[in-house]
Amino acid sequence: MARQELKPVEIANGVHWVGALDPDLRMFDLILKTANGTSYNAYVVHGGEGVAVIDTVKEEFSEIYFSKLEQITSYERIKAVILNHLEPDHAGAVPELMRRAPHAHIFVSTRGLKLLQALLKDELENYQYTLTDTGDVCSLGERTLSFINTPYLHWPDTQCTYLEDEKLLFSGDVFGCHFCDDRLYNDLVGDFRFSFEYYFKHIMRPFKRWVLEAMDKIEPLQPRLIAPAHGPILRDNPLEYVKSYRTLSNSYLTKKIDAREKSLLIFYMSAYGATADMAKHIHAGASEIEGVRVSLYDLQGGEIEPFIDLIEGADGLLFGSPTINGDAVKPVWDVLASLISIETRGKLGGAFGSYGWSGEAVRMIEDRLRGLKMRVPERGLRMKFHPTEDELEECHAYGLALAEALAGKAKPKELDFADLQM
Amino acid sequence: MAKGKLTFQDIGVSVSVPAGTRVIEISEKVGAGIIYGCREGDCGTCLMTVVEGAEHLSEPTALEDRVLKENMAGKNMRCACQAQVADEGEIVIKPA
Repeated sequence: MARQELKPVEIANGVHWVGALDPDLRMFDLILKTANGTSYNAYVVHGGEGVAVIDTVKEEFSEIYFSKLEQITSYERIKAVILNHLEPDHAGAVPELMRRAPHAHIFVSTRGLKLLQALLKDELENYQYTLTDTGDVCSLGERTLSFINTPYLHWPDTQCTYLEDEKLLFSGDVFGCHFCDDRLYNDLVGDFRFSFEYYFKHIMRPFKRWVLEAMDKIEPLQPRLIAPAHGPILRDNPLEYVKSYRTLSNSYLTKKIDAREKSLLIFYMSAYGATADMAKHIHAGASEIEGVRVSLYDLQGGEIEPFIDLIEGADGLLFGSPTINGDAVKPVWDVLASLISIETRGKLGGAFGSYGWSGEAVRMIEDRLRGLKMRVPERGLRMKFHPTEDELEECHAYGLALAEALAGKAKPKELDFADLQM
Repeated sequence: MAKGKLTFQDIGVSVSVPAGTRVIEISEKVGAGIIYGCREGDCGTCLMTVVEGAEHLSEPTALEDRVLKENMAGKNMRCACQAQVADEGEIVIKPA
């Protein structure tokens, strides 16, 4: 059981950890489980011209945080308040910190300004702030902190801060994990390898593209110490964790399809075989287009987790669902609800399904796909009871059109506004 | 009613639309690559590049101006959830 450390811990020359431990937390942000809590790591850097405070803690831990802060500095000495990320677990004590040190200069990324305004409300006008970008610096006299803009790791506002003389990277949520151990350092705490990967999969995975861009900025620094905002401080072989982020940002499927091919996945559920027949004809139509590899899956026979890995690597997704009690069926929603852990932005999507009375499922699924930032180029097919031969031909044409769109083979179209008002 | 022509360059689709139509009303229906977040001029997710015919779009409102500034948008960029077709001209757009 982690014991709440009540003293600041010097982690490098003139750098203190002033964070808080939260060993009893079992669910973080409603989406991540943690079997032994977490920590909210905040740091203080001492310089000749004052100190910089890097991040704060969740509001309910403010007392511990301020107690530690007061053991190593006066509020008058605080020259800079650096906010790497403005989620409440790191910015919870910012309003009170600024009341205590109103002269301190806030450093926040450009995208973070909106969040800072939302956090401090009218009080913000009492304070000075600078919007940061990669390469900007904060000087403490003989020591310099520089900023590295790392958007979408995991919010638009996120940045890292680098202390050059110590080669110390304050990485915010990057390289963090929910693991609580009062021994603080990665070479002393328990085995947190699972927590590190679990955190990446749930927090960073949808942003792999940005993770790789950020690693391009971080790797040349060759940090000797990485101080994240959650979990162990990485002093033993920190570059291994940077390497892990690269590895974890690759595909989770070891084999890839031909890079020249587009992958189109068709998922369906069918009560009486009607939606299944639609799916098969859509599959046949799509399969006519060269360069598109089409796969058909009955959701009754699949587990969600491997489908998520498959979907992450796919270019297009179609979902077939009958309408039951005015809704799509639960297994379809279960898959669609699980897609928040991967990037779906820009993938092609579509929906189809048979129905008896009102057929709401197709439009509901299309709305969800748009909500996932996918593009839905063809209006989905709704068919009453079992499709006729003509309707099955429509399914074939629908599959063909989607595969053409996916392969970039769709012919230019001229439409009128009225054509779209159905 | 005056109609403008809105072309989504990334998918090769052109649509004749009445003046006053917002880009978002059309782009989602034709499956263009512009993507949306809040859909009400707050988040800047739907930034698009106006390739041609920017003068045929409505002037940015104070709300859109603020979002463009916050997102460091280039001078040919607009928010697709806010920009409206203003007149009969031809406009060509693509995702930012």
